Amino acid sequence: MITPLSSMLWVIGGSFIGSIGAAGLKAGAKRLTHENMIHSAITNWRLAAGILAYLISSVFFVFGLRHGELSVLYPLVSLGYLFTLLWSRMFFGEPFTRAKFFGVGLILVGVTLLGLGSGR
Amino acid sequence: MSESTPAQQRRSLIIVLCSTVLIAMAQALIKSGTGDLAAGSSLIDTAIGILTTPKLFAGYALYGVVTGMMVLALRHAELSLIYPVIALSYVWVSVLSVVMFHEEMNPFKLAGVIVIISGVAVLGKGQQRT
Repeated sequence: MITPLSSMLWVIGGSFIGSIGAAGLKAGAKRLTHENMIHSAITNWRLAAGILAYLISSVFFVFGLRHGELSVLYPLVSLGYLFTLLWSRMFFGEPFTRAKFFGVGLILVGVTLLGLGSGR
Repeated sequence: MSESTPAQQRRSLIIVLCSTVLIAMAQALIKSGTGDLAAGSSLIDTAIGILTTPKLFAGYALYGVVTGMMVLALRHAELSLIYPVIALSYVWVSVLSVVMFHEEMNPFKLAGVIVIISGVAVLGKGQQRT
């Protein structure tokens, strides 16, 4: 079985948009105030944009995961973790650490193994 | 991040760990509810189907709850830590697939589960040191 390029592009696009969504949630979460939690959540465009990006990314994944080998596509889903490491540093000043890269590396390997074991 | 206490960061990690279990439950609900949907239906029929099929509705509602939990967790923890930990949901999905849908566990899946758990453990340990 060969994985169509279109599937791979849908999945890569989905993980990219999903990582943007995660950054939106983080940016929104930082601006929540304890005294006025509900109001500060509802009027928070960053949270809304983050949730919207998540919804869009899930549509991309539905299209992308329909055909093709999961051993190829699952690692591409996990690319989102790498994108997120990048946004975390660029936008929120979170440091790159050895533990983060080692942890995400292990997760990528583990997800690839799951894809290999899924028999498609 | 400077104003978050270690206790708040720990609580964030616990919230995310709980939410990974809910993600797996949501996926199991959606998987078992999708069989009740007519195949090849239009986008609007699918939307109505999701709202009127209890399992699908519950599954997607759980995703909403999880999103709220993520936001709470992200208030006091690093995004670069919280986001990869969500991969733990793959582990619970694999367990539920075997328990609920009687899919077979094979060496690849087992190895994948173990490696993902070690990756999350490395991330969790890394947080404790900062």
